Amino acid sequence: MHIPDGFLTANTWAPAWVISTGTIGYCLKKTAGLLKDRMVPLMGIMSAFIFAAQMINFPVIGGTSGHLLGGVLAAVLLGPYAGAVVLTCVLIFQCLIFQDGGLLALGANIFNMAIIGTIGGYIMFNLVNKIMGNKKGLQIGAAVAAWFSVVLAAVFCALELAISGTSPLLIVLPAMAGIHALIGVGEALITAAVLSFIQKVRPDLIYGLAGKMD
Amino acid sequence: MSRKDIAVGVIIAVAIAFFLSPLASSWPDGLEKVAHDHGFIVKGEQGSVFKSPIPDYIFPGLKNEKMATAISGLLGTLVIFGIGYGLASLLKKNKDCR
Repeated sequence: MHIPDGFLTANTWAPAWVISTGTIGYCLKKTAGLLKDRMVPLMGIMSAFIFAAQMINFPVIGGTSGHLLGGVLAAVLLGPYAGAVVLTCVLIFQCLIFQDGGLLALGANIFNMAIIGTIGGYIMFNLVNKIMGNKKGLQIGAAVAAWFSVVLAAVFCALELAISGTSPLLIVLPAMAGIHALIGVGEALITAAVLSFIQKVRPDLIYGLAGKMD
Repeated sequence: MSRKDIAVGVIIAVAIAFFLSPLASSWPDGLEKVAHDHGFIVKGEQGSVFKSPIPDYIFPGLKNEKMATAISGLLGTLVIFGIGYGLASLLKKNKDCR
């Protein structure tokens, strides 16, 4: 759901830039404080993986496709702050090099996917994880959070489109939430599958499993 | 993480980008579909404020569009790995200096 330029008016993209710049600045500071040696290459690998996975659109119903957002996956592996930083790197790269998402809209895209989709998704993951217990809760918590992260990002995207006067809220909100409720199922399945694989081969790499990395 | 772990991670990402991106669905994504159905897709077609070097992941100068996508995926994945790794290294260095 990379918003292109033209969909948002300045009263929407400008404040989104301000909020995203401030939030990601804070995330950079927090990441620098929490960063352990082994997280350094993992941030590179996650950037690469999410960039690659976002190229793979899978078909959903009615001539529509979706791709992994990866926010919850990054946040469970790296923690919410480093996760948001990784998503932001990917979004900036996609915008500047591949024209995927507008430049004016970049602040809004970072807000929807790197902040709501990643940090918001992580809060949801933690919630489910606490209820289910650490080990069992990992896949289920991540899957539930992954679904919510996509739907929530779509809801915020719809709000921005409505504020911009691009489409009336009562039309764009159900449309965006509805189609992303389906795309979110793909997000949940991929997120849970990748985490199961990592849990099997390198459980020590999962931030969300240890609570914190040592 | 050992060098081998890092290599395995990068190879998985590069393989996804190179081998799967040409097979990706070309149907519109959720937002494009909604924009199309509700008549505001044209607003996004008025051209961006700037031009990216590789629009739509189609590497320039290649006749085969699927190959052009695969090459964009391959190179893009390697470059973004470097960016992510580089930024993390900088943040780490910053922390160690303090």
